[in-house]
Formats: sequence, C-alpha cells, structure tokens
Amino acid sequence: MRRIIIRRLVQIIPLIFAVIVMNFVLIHLAPGSLFDVMTSEQQITDPKMLDQLRHTYGVDQPVSVQLAKYIWSVMRLDLGYSYRQNAPVFDVIMQQLPATLILMLAAVGIALLVGVTAGVLASIKVNTIWDNLISLGAVFFFAAPSFWLGIMMTVMFAVKLGWFPVGGMRTIGVDESAFGAVLDVMHHLVLPATALGLFYAATFARVMRASMLEVARLDFVRTARAKGLSGGRVVLAHVMRNAMLPIVTLLGLQLGTMLGGSVVIEAVFSWPGIGSLLFDSVMSRNFPMVLGVLVLGSLLVAVCNASVDLLYLRLDPRIKAR
Amino acid sequence: MADPVLADQMPILSLQDLSVSLFTRRGVLPAVDGLSLTVSAGETLAIVGESGCGKSLTALAIMRLLPWPPAKIVSGQVRFMGRDLASLSEREMQRVRGKDISMIFQDPMTSLNPVVTVGDQLVEAIRRHTDVSRAEAHNRAVELLRRVRIPDAERRLNDYPHQMSGGMSQRVMIAMAIACGPKLLIADEPTTALDVTIQAQIIELMKELQSSSDMGLIIITHDLGVVAEIADRVAVMYAGRKVEDAPVEALFERPLHRYTRGLLGATPSAQRRRGGRLVEIAGNVPALSDLPKGCAFQNRCPDVFDRCRAERPQLAPLLPHRSAACFAAEKELSRDAAVIGA
Repeated sequence: MRRIIIRRLVQIIPLIFAVIVMNFVLIHLAPGSLFDVMTSEQQITDPKMLDQLRHTYGVDQPVSVQLAKYIWSVMRLDLGYSYRQNAPVFDVIMQQLPATLILMLAAVGIALLVGVTAGVLASIKVNTIWDNLISLGAVFFFAAPSFWLGIMMTVMFAVKLGWFPVGGMRTIGVDESAFGAVLDVMHHLVLPATALGLFYAATFARVMRASMLEVARLDFVRTARAKGLSGGRVVLAHVMRNAMLPIVTLLGLQLGTMLGGSVVIEAVFSWPGIGSLLFDSVMSRNFPMVLGVLVLGSLLVAVCNASVDLLYLRLDPRIKAR
Repeated sequence: MADPVLADQMPILSLQDLSVSLFTRRGVLPAVDGLSLTVSAGETLAIVGESGCGKSLTALAIMRLLPWPPAKIVSGQVRFMGRDLASLSEREMQRVRGKDISMIFQDPMTSLNPVVTVGDQLVEAIRRHTDVSRAEAHNRAVELLRRVRIPDAERRLNDYPHQMSGGMSQRVMIAMAIACGPKLLIADEPTTALDVTIQAQIIELMKELQSSSDMGLIIITHDLGVVAEIADRVAVMYAGRKVEDAPVEALFERPLHRYTRGLLGATPSAQRRRGGRLVEIAGNVPALSDLPKGCAFQNRCPDVFDRCRAERPQLAPLLPHRSAACFAAEKELSRDAAVIGA
C-alpha cells in the first residue's frame, strides 16, 4: 500500500515538470506582455522606464534562461512575484484557493448525489417514463454550456425570484458570527455549485444507469436474490456497490476538467477563487501568476487523481491482486 | 437416503402442470410445458436434458427468480409444504428463498459478489432469516465453512471471491445455501464449471450434507455420471416437457424413451469397450417456435412411426413407479407383455 502511494507521488514530479515547460512556452508564444498592458493603461509611458522594468523583472534575458530560472525557483517552492498584486504569487493563490476548493467540493457533491441518484432511479425504472425523463434531463444538462446555465439560473433564481444572491461569496458589510458567515457563504454557493455540478451530474447519471443495468444482469445479483434479500437491499448492497466503480474512475478523470470549468463559473458568479484570478491574470498578462495557478492547479489535479486511485483500491479488492 | 421406490410420504415439493412461457418478439414460446414433478424429504431428483430443454427455467420458476422479461409462469402450481409458491406475494417469497428453498448455480466464480468478502456474504444470508447478532452470525459462518470442508475457515472468511478457486467458491455457495437449514436445495449444474476431480468432491459433499439433514435435493444436470452418482429418481426433459420419469437404477437398466436411450448411448464410460464409438443423437432440438405436431423428438428418433407424427404422446405409467411419453416404448412394452403372456 505504502509503495503504491510513494510510486504515485513520484509520478507527479515529471508531470509537473512537463506542465511548467509547456505552459512557459505557450505563454511566451502568446502576443502581448505586462508592459503592453501597463502602457495601454497609461501607467508608464516612458521608454527608459520600461527598459529598466524589463531588466528588473529579467524579461530581457533569453527565454531558455528565464525557463531554467523559473524551474529552479519552483523547485525551491517559490512561484515568483506578482507584479499586479505586488505580493508573492504563492500567497495570492493561497488566499484564493479555499474559495475554489469549496466550490469544487460542493459541485462534486451535487454531481455525485444528483447523478448517482438519477442513474439508480433510471435503472430501476428502466424503459418507463421516469427513465425517459431522467435521460432527457441528462442530455439537456450535458449539452447546455455551464456559463449559459449559470446566467439563466441567475436570471431565474437571483433576479426574478430573489432566492439567492447574484454573485460573490459573502454579503458585503455584514459582520456576522462564524455560524452566520458559514450560512452566508453556503447561500452564495448554491447557484454556482449547481451550475457547475449539473453538467457532471448528467454524465454520472448516464454512466450510472448503464453500469447499474449491466451489473444487475450478473450472476451474483441472482445469488443475492436467491438468498431472499429484499429488492432494495439487492440494489444497494450488491448492484450499486459494483456499479459505482466506473463512477469513481470518471470522477478522477473529471476533477481536472472541473477545475477548468470552475474558471468559467467563477467568472459568471464573480466567485473570488482561482478561476477568476487566472482569468484576470491572463487578461493583464500577469504571467508569473498564470504559471503559478497552472502549476498549483495541475498539482491539485494530480493529487486528486492519486487519491481516487487509492480509493479505487479500497473499493475493488481485485485490483490489489493484479 | 430414503428408498425412492418405497417412499410414499407427502412430497415437500410438487409441481402441478407448471408452464413457463417466453414472451419474445417472435411470439409466446412454451419453454416449460405442463410439467409435473414431486420431491420428498431426503430424496434426490435429477432433472436431465440438453441445453434449452427448460430445466434451468424450471428451477428459476420454483424460486420465482425467472428473468422477466421474457420468462413468466403462465399456469400451474408450485406446491411447497402445502403452499402454492406461484401465488405468493414477492415479499412472502423473499422469506422462502434462502430459508426454506436454497439454490446454487452453475458458475461459482461469478455467483459471488466480487467486492464483498465471503464472510460478509455468508453473514448476510444468515442474518436475513435468523435474528442473531453479528458476532453470533460470524461464528455460524465459520461453522458453515467447516461443514463444507474449507480448511482454515476462520481466516478464509476475510477472503474475497477472487482469492478462491472454483471448487472453494462452490463450497462457499453451498455453505450459503444451507445456512438456514433449507427443506429443499436446488443445484443448477453445480459441477459443470469445475474440474473433474473437484466435481466428484462437490457431489460427495452434497450427498453428505443431504444425508445429515433430510433435505430434498433437485439436481439439474446434463451429466449422466453425476446422475448415477447422486440421484434417487430422474426426470428427463425434452423441449420443455418431461418425457420420462423413473428411479435411477431402472432408468439406467432400461431407458424407455428413445431420447433417454440416446442420452445414455452418448455418455462415455470406463466399462465401454476401448475404441468403441459414442453414439450421437442425430439432428438438433427443434426450435420452441417451430415445434412439430406430434412428438417433439420425432425428427431425431430411430423408431419413429406414423402415430408419433400425428399425435403428441402423453406421459403414461408404462411400468411400476415409472412413466414415459413415447409411443415406441408403449408398443415395445405391449409386445413384451404379449410374449410373456403367450
């Protein structure tokens, strides 16, 4: 067990290295730089001053040297300095990370709960009106872009009905107790987490339905029924337990895309997370920040994937044997 | 084991005119057609026939585990200990399954849940029907594994099915089946997926368990070696109908139905002359959708005559304690009687 964990962690290192190199190259291929933004925003217009700044930030050196320097600093756990926030990149990200984690966790929770429940229901009521309705809903939420879904939900539930706030993470100017603050955040969380989670719920529902139907045909389910177990018990203890395995695989794969999806959702709901930070940094060509977010993001996804693999090991005893 | 010929006690299970149909796109197919059977306590009934003759569907019909769609009981009764199982509610039936009637299946490797330990699967079966604590159920599970001769039972409880061989898995299945002391055990091809040496052990184990508990046993097989080894009485099925029913010695001595004769001729045995050829039954079983008028076996029968094609033979008591549905056998027996009488 420990050997597997260590092996998985070691595998992350070359992955991060590749992420750094690729993104570094991509960023340097992209047009525009921080100085263009500064010039256009009329902050600095003096060419001499700009040259001096280029020298200070080391941008006048060859790209390969810059890359080597960046990798060296990442190895020392230093992600560089953000020109825009005037603070170390790492500190800024750490400030924003919890908001994104909360959003992702809530979205994963909603996706699993809604997706698995819908999938199980559809498989139990297979080829009935319920099954068709669930399939229709799944296709809809799978096809609808999450930013559009977010905007529509804002219009419906925030603007028209006024049940939830339009955006943000907290109500400004209200100083509440710790419990009140948690409730306030949860209230703000409902719409963005649902908008982000429903897409994944749709996938989970489809996969769960197919997986349930497949497992239900297997011999051991007949054995379970031959034991005299009730229908509910057969579904919960025998069919679902086995049908969950593909969902776990899918979850591991989708955690990465979910981080990407949260960028869009955070922008729609002005959620103060890494996504909006990344969006902002790209717009202002704040490249150390962009790189920092990508490196930490890929690290997060890699760690999540490794944990999912370990979870899989627990769920399916046959894997250990192989 | 009860002497089947003398046993005249109340049967624990009796099927009366049971019919199971498959509702398919090509129409309603009579997969089991008017089947009547009885099993007494302590008796072993073997149901024999080739693939698709309806023997497994019969077992599933008794358990009310028929896969719907397409299979469904369309008529008849399944009388078990005075009750008609076919008319019980699903809830009532759940209390019968695993407690009064248990079943083991063909492929033990796929019949156990791969992600649950065998111990938990056993405990689940025990606690479903008896009101005992987890610890007590655990102890019973150990006891059961010992009874089915699994060495190191205590430790084996924590194993997952993939850590066991086919023979071991089938022993676990048997342990699970006898967990609540059933009156009737149905074994659907219990040895087909196993190695020959393991087959003998499993048969031996089932005989032993049966003799110590007086439970009835229905064994479904196409292996006449298994039949000779374990059965008291044999029901031969062909195309959804019972064509012959006889005590096992009598059947092997003088099979009446021409299909039974064919089956016996196609069975390899050690006594047979070396180099002697096995006799195959020519042709194929007719499709259920395309059963001929008259006897279903007519296209493969060596002794077929006009009446077989015109009229469907009914099961008739041709000799004491045995019956067959075969005009050729009837003719042969009446000729015998004439010879003896002369």
